[in-house]
Amino acid sequence: MINNPVQGEKSIEGRHPWLLSFDKLRSNRVALFCLYFLAVIYVLVLLAPFLAPYDYRKNFLDKSFQSPTRIHFFTTEGKFLFRPFIYDYQMADRITTRYEEDKTKMYPIRFFVEGNEYKLFGFIPMKTHFFGVEAPARIYLLGADQYGRDVFSRLLMGGQISLSIGLIGCLITFPLGLLVGGISGYYGGIWDTIIMRSSEVLMSVPGLYLILSLRSSFPQNMSSTQVYLMIVVILSFIGWAGFSRVIRGMVLSEREKPYVVAARALGQKDLVIIIRHILPSTLSYCIVAATLSIPGYILGEAALSFIGVGIQDPDTSWGLMLAQAQSHRVLTSFWWILSPGFVIFVVVLAFNFLGDGLRDALDPKMKVIK
Amino acid sequence: MSEQPALEPLLDVRDLRIHFQDGDQIVKAVDGISFQLAKGETLAVVGESGSGKSVTALSITKLIATPPAIYSGGQILFHGKDTLTMSPSELRSIRGRKISYIFQEPSSSLNPVFKIRSQIAEVLQLHRPDIKDIDREIIRLLELVGIKDPALRFHDYPHQLSGGMQQRVMIAMALACHPDLLVADEPTTALDVTIQAQILELLRDLKKEIGMAIILITHNFSIISGIADKVAVMFRGKIVEFGPTAEVIKNPQHPYTQALIECVPRMGARAKRLKTIDYSKVNV
Repeated sequence: MINNPVQGEKSIEGRHPWLLSFDKLRSNRVALFCLYFLAVIYVLVLLAPFLAPYDYRKNFLDKSFQSPTRIHFFTTEGKFLFRPFIYDYQMADRITTRYEEDKTKMYPIRFFVEGNEYKLFGFIPMKTHFFGVEAPARIYLLGADQYGRDVFSRLLMGGQISLSIGLIGCLITFPLGLLVGGISGYYGGIWDTIIMRSSEVLMSVPGLYLILSLRSSFPQNMSSTQVYLMIVVILSFIGWAGFSRVIRGMVLSEREKPYVVAARALGQKDLVIIIRHILPSTLSYCIVAATLSIPGYILGEAALSFIGVGIQDPDTSWGLMLAQAQSHRVLTSFWWILSPGFVIFVVVLAFNFLGDGLRDALDPKMKVIK
Repeated sequence: MSEQPALEPLLDVRDLRIHFQDGDQIVKAVDGISFQLAKGETLAVVGESGSGKSVTALSITKLIATPPAIYSGGQILFHGKDTLTMSPSELRSIRGRKISYIFQEPSSSLNPVFKIRSQIAEVLQLHRPDIKDIDREIIRLLELVGIKDPALRFHDYPHQLSGGMQQRVMIAMALACHPDLLVADEPTTALDVTIQAQILELLRDLKKEIGMAIILITHNFSIISGIADKVAVMFRGKIVEFGPTAEVIKNPQHPYTQALIECVPRMGARAKRLKTIDYSKVNV
């Protein structure tokens, strides 16, 4: 076979730089897996009220700390059923909170059942849930918490808060950090000194104490939306400093480039030069930094809610759910209460691996065409 | 030269001094230079690296950042107005519209992340917002500077063009607003010799067509003879010789000018050692 090197070269040259970067990302199995994994998680969380079998706020006090429901395929007589079913659970021991299956009646798992009303994506009114069982039995895929609420439903709904806080936080800190770092690096001089010293002051205060002191500046009784916004604002306030310092450094080296002088020689305004000409060259860094900073937001929200100053019951977030796992008894007896901790762990890990992969893929210094 | 009150010069630089603060030291990059430029005239500013020619060029529209630069004296009168005392917005309205620049490195003077089209469109949107069909105007400009298939080329990124093409794009951007003065800061230094000639010829043609004045900054005496009306030789921040090009080349007065002319290699000349400049003998 005759290879045509010219043709081969052309196909490489003709590809958009983003596609080349995506090719590199694709060759990194771990990062690619994490990307798909996160995409799946986000889709699940987006569809949370549909996938969750129950209203995440509803208490069933007689099911407190019920263990995860077992799903059966075989009847007590050993007959295989194509449709899986569950048994209702009854409290067997009040002291150890042990539950046992009541094997007198089977409750088959049904799909697309009617349940509590909700609004999908916040605006489509629906009643259908992906799966469920007939009352009075309740299906607890991941067990029940102290008040008998479904951990699985709460996990999905909590994800809406925990996972979106990172994205919204980035949407706030990145424009802010870009602008502040851009101005600082471009103008230099006294502005640079003022901005950079104040960001250093901000960074030298221990993070958690800063979060707590900022929290105390907000009123204690706020609606859940207000709390949500407050958390975003607090975390963004802490997040911009380190980012803007890096941007400043990049702008500092970029502003000396001839094309910046050329833009000034055209009579372009300073702010337009910063935003239009200089900042786009920091884009690949921004993508990596965003991916790597989202875990910080997830953990920050978890920390705030864990110590009780973040999201409040009956609303839910992963940090708030973990707060129930503070006692020794819960830790030792009810492992499923820790499931939000496991999810946080996995998601944070996935974001870090993805960020690493993106850094390798987007860094032009590592661009080698094989 | 005697003053001619009837003919007001386009650009009148008077005793310009630009110093740089470097730690405790003060470097006098431009140290009291004066020159005049009439409408449609071409002035070549010749000198070695560090002689202050680029600083002079950039300071005409105050493009040198302060600090580290200090404008410590003099005036730059453009159409009779001192650009050194202008407000930032006044300066912006002159830059790119009345006074345009071409720089040495076309490859880095174009923003690497934007297509040719959007870079030229930026100038037009900035200074000629009344234009309705921007694409047509861009194509006209690209044709003017001799780029073939402009409608195809303007979707290219700068790195997809050759150095000569990139410089043509820069020139197209500079000419977009029909400036009164074009400052070309070593426009051919980064290009190879055949392209150099093409670019210079293009500048000469455009000058005739548009009737703008040009300040051509170069370290190379050999390129100015065909294009410049006057020449100013700069050395250590001062103009050491000023006069009509032909006269200066034929009969250089200052020893530095003589040395500068002699160290240009010539084709066809007898092979001999190239002259180097003995600075101990050059005194300003």
